[in-house]
Amino acid sequence: MSNRAHRVWKFPGGLRLPPHKSASTAEPVATAEPPAVAVLPLSQHAGAASVPIVAAGRRVLAGEPVARANDGISAPLHAPTSGTILAIEDRQVPRPGGPVEPCVILEADGRDQRYEGYEPVDDPQALAPAEIRRLVHEAGIVGLGGAVFPAAVKLEAGDRQPLDTLILNGAECEPYISCDDMLMRERAAHVVHGAQIMLHALSARCCLVAVEHDKPEAIAALKAAVRESGDDRFEVVSVTTAYPAGGERQLIQVLSGREVPAGGLPPDIGYMTQNVGTAAAVSDRFRHGRPLISRVVTVAGGGVASPRNFDARLGTPFAALIAAAGGYTDEAARLVMGGPMMGFALPDDALPVVKATNCIWVAGAADLRRTDDEMPCIRCAECARVCPAVLLPQQLYWYTRARDFEKVVDYAVFDCIECGCCDLVCPSHIPLVSYFRYAKNEIRGRDVQRERAARAQRRHAERNRRLAQRDAEQQAALDEHTRAAQRARAQPREAAGAIDDIMRRAAGHEPPAGRPAGGGDAKDD
Amino acid sequence: MIAAVVTLAALGALAGLGLGFAAARLRVQGNAVADRIDALLPQTQCGQCGYPGCRPYAEAIADGRAGIDLCPPGGEATARELARLLGREPAAKVPDTAPAVAVIDETACIGCALCLAACPVDAIVGAPRRMHTVIAGECTGCGLCLPPCPVDCIDLVSPKGPERS
Amino acid sequence: MRFATAAPPHYPARTSIALTMRRVLYALVPAAIAHVWYFGSGLLINMLVAAVVAVACEAAVLRLRRRPILPYLTDWSAVLAAVLLAFALPPLTPWWATAIGAMFAIVFAKHLFGGIGFNPFNPAMAGYAVLLIAFPAELNHWLPPRGIDSGLDPVGVGDTLWYVFTGRLPAGLDIDAVTTATPLDAVKTGIGQARTVAEVRAGAVFGDFAGRGWVWINSWFALGGIWLLYKSVIRWHIPVSMLAGLAAMAGFFWILDPGNHAAPGFHLFSGAAMIGAFFIATDPVTAATTVRGRLIYGASIGVLTYLIRAWGGYPDGVAFAVLIMNLCVPVIDHFTRPRVYGHGRH
Repeated sequence: MSNRAHRVWKFPGGLRLPPHKSASTAEPVATAEPPAVAVLPLSQHAGAASVPIVAAGRRVLAGEPVARANDGISAPLHAPTSGTILAIEDRQVPRPGGPVEPCVILEADGRDQRYEGYEPVDDPQALAPAEIRRLVHEAGIVGLGGAVFPAAVKLEAGDRQPLDTLILNGAECEPYISCDDMLMRERAAHVVHGAQIMLHALSARCCLVAVEHDKPEAIAALKAAVRESGDDRFEVVSVTTAYPAGGERQLIQVLSGREVPAGGLPPDIGYMTQNVGTAAAVSDRFRHGRPLISRVVTVAGGGVASPRNFDARLGTPFAALIAAAGGYTDEAARLVMGGPMMGFALPDDALPVVKATNCIWVAGAADLRRTDDEMPCIRCAECARVCPAVLLPQQLYWYTRARDFEKVVDYAVFDCIECGCCDLVCPSHIPLVSYFRYAKNEIRGRDVQRERAARAQRRHAERNRRLAQRDAEQQAALDEHTRAAQRARAQPREAAGAIDDIMRRAAGHEPPAGRPAGGGDAKDD
Repeated sequence: MIAAVVTLAALGALAGLGLGFAAARLRVQGNAVADRIDALLPQTQCGQCGYPGCRPYAEAIADGRAGIDLCPPGGEATARELARLLGREPAAKVPDTAPAVAVIDETACIGCALCLAACPVDAIVGAPRRMHTVIAGECTGCGLCLPPCPVDCIDLVSPKGPERS
Repeated sequence: MRFATAAPPHYPARTSIALTMRRVLYALVPAAIAHVWYFGSGLLINMLVAAVVAVACEAAVLRLRRRPILPYLTDWSAVLAAVLLAFALPPLTPWWATAIGAMFAIVFAKHLFGGIGFNPFNPAMAGYAVLLIAFPAELNHWLPPRGIDSGLDPVGVGDTLWYVFTGRLPAGLDIDAVTTATPLDAVKTGIGQARTVAEVRAGAVFGDFAGRGWVWINSWFALGGIWLLYKSVIRWHIPVSMLAGLAAMAGFFWILDPGNHAAPGFHLFSGAAMIGAFFIATDPVTAATTVRGRLIYGASIGVLTYLIRAWGGYPDGVAFAVLIMNLCVPVIDHFTRPRVYGHGRH
């Protein structure tokens, strides 16, 4: 570990938000009871939904796989506790809009018996990177920072291009959320251990553990863990607390002064980020043979009585965790998965904890924006000032309203990370992020349409070409007949009558065989 | 007085020369406007605009023979984009049709092959006296296969599934 | 338990148009007090007339346009435009001139373009420019500042009211006798009469380096502007670049020819320099929006202001400079787009 502090840069824009984290970090992480009935959505990671491998009535143990990964980008799913599969059926899942999707329903038997199918690995450094990836994949580990991208897929980057730095993202920048903070304080050794395994899998040179400077306990715990590991590839870096410092691209900019190219990925410039929780989950797999069946969830906000962090099994209903946090207060007005800036509101507290559930924020009414007081944009450009992607949100807004999507793309709407900073500083109270999401959706839909149209056009042109060719061939055949007839006319007269017959028919009294009934295209041309 | 007349005449001549030169020099090769219009059309080739396909309609718009509000599959969105491209007023009311794909009721199909010839994008597979089926991903929903079917076994339904993901 | 949902972000916005406009109004208070101290109560009467007309016009047009009246009236933007217009007018402006200016600002400059957020020209300056062109005589009635000599204290409240609303001064007072040229006007006229700046500035109105009273009014505008910067209501780019542009032009010509050009200090603290820099050029709706664009916009206003002051037909040039640059805003914004994260240089 080098003694000089790692240099940090700034990212443009951003906001200082009141952290509101002390309420949930006062007490250590509590272990929540395993749920009586766990609802496990098959699609709780980025990519294709997993495929169930159990049927109703099957008894499973805690940690036993219940669904395998699908082809392509996907991840398997494990039973969070021991019990019996009740059904595989459609349930509402905690995603924006509360869609209904297939879920494995598990009734717990209360014994919480452990599945022993995954062996701990004493010396992961002795394994080949591909083997490490296989074990990480098999354990259902996905990015726990919120993107839930399968970790094993991300670890393949080391095979494609040399990586310089693994960044462990402990910059938990959204207000109220403290699950990573608590995890770093309490399980710093696991975080470092998991990161060592990932460093090995990636063949990366070093690891920067980035923590915001308002988390001194986490920084101290991580520094102690790094010292204890004796691994000099690690450095714990304190970064300025600002929102959205925890955004992948922003954090890379802060730690390297470099920007991830638009449309590219961090490995393109030699970096990779992983959430600290992901690292701990990797460590759990190798040290304890434990797949991903639980995670730390912050329950906070003005709507809960005693905010706290819980180590909760997947499939635990939100309501159970909220009850464990003292229940609702009278103020409870909105249920949000995630934080107040980028989290999404959910309609029902019966929804289950999934791999992406970092925080359950129960908002008090005073913390919520009104939706009925939008005024015209006054072009103050404060939105541009706070945009970490250096966009011009007010221009994007004008063009979105005008539905001039060419311009919207030209003004780089797809570089918007939807952090919500612009919404907060807008004096006209315009829901800018909602406009941009709408624009992105419209543009994607239009691009699909364009792609379809281009394909239809190609097929149509090909068909016209084919018809024209066939007509030409028929014409050639006809000409051949005509010439034959002329030759015949010079021959004995009785043959001529027969040839005339053929001629008349060919000239159109009957449609030539094979010509399409409705095929007027050639004539129209 | 004479100076003013001369000046104006000279200016006019200069401007005329400039315009003439520009017209000759910057002439658009081919029918570029029709190409750009064609690129905005949905390529269903359905003929609902009254022209035998999207390209002829694009050429008609480019020549000023057709309005920009005749394309029901494109609907309001296409009309708006055409209006922007051409600098015309967006049409007030545009007929709009929901996206659709043709589906053949295989139990009723008699294998007459008439629909095969009608499909502008060759999206129907089949052969005489064999059952036909529609390649859903390639069907533009133009509906041109419906009239020729002697047993009315083709329906337009709203597309679902694969593209949503 | 079930909950209503809404799109993120969930936090409320931290500011509002009304708060912004109110803060700008607060920031004008010190300068208004100084103005009244030096030039009498005319400013307050102008403000009242302009505000009443502006609000009435705003309400009427909103009604005609079938827009909700209350949220737009309570955004204080009409009042602010009226107050800025009142600052531009001389203390003894006839009420009908003020009213026409306010009406033009709200109805023509603002609402005919779509209301708040859509007007390309600064409404207050558009209203002022119309009055300046249509009623040059009435807009020339500046009073001598308090303290020049005992006989010429500001015209009293009653007399001011009487004049503003009837167009007549009490017996014994003549409008030409009570009014005097502003320092900018005096310098312009003097140089036109082949006198040097030094000779002009020997006159009584030039007690301080930029004219008695004007120095203080401009200073208080600057102070209010600095408070707005502190409160993040405005950003530094436009005021600083405008004052820098003005000072640079003034300094350049002053060094070349001090006899015919006043010093930069005179230009910065006379006329509408400070209110222009902090309150008028910074109007968000009509100003450039990008960082580089704002620097160009501000500096251009400063340079144009100097050009008009030195060689134009009017003693001050802030209003016309702002209106001219309002025209250029779309072009400036178009060519000063910032480099988006991850685009271009890596």
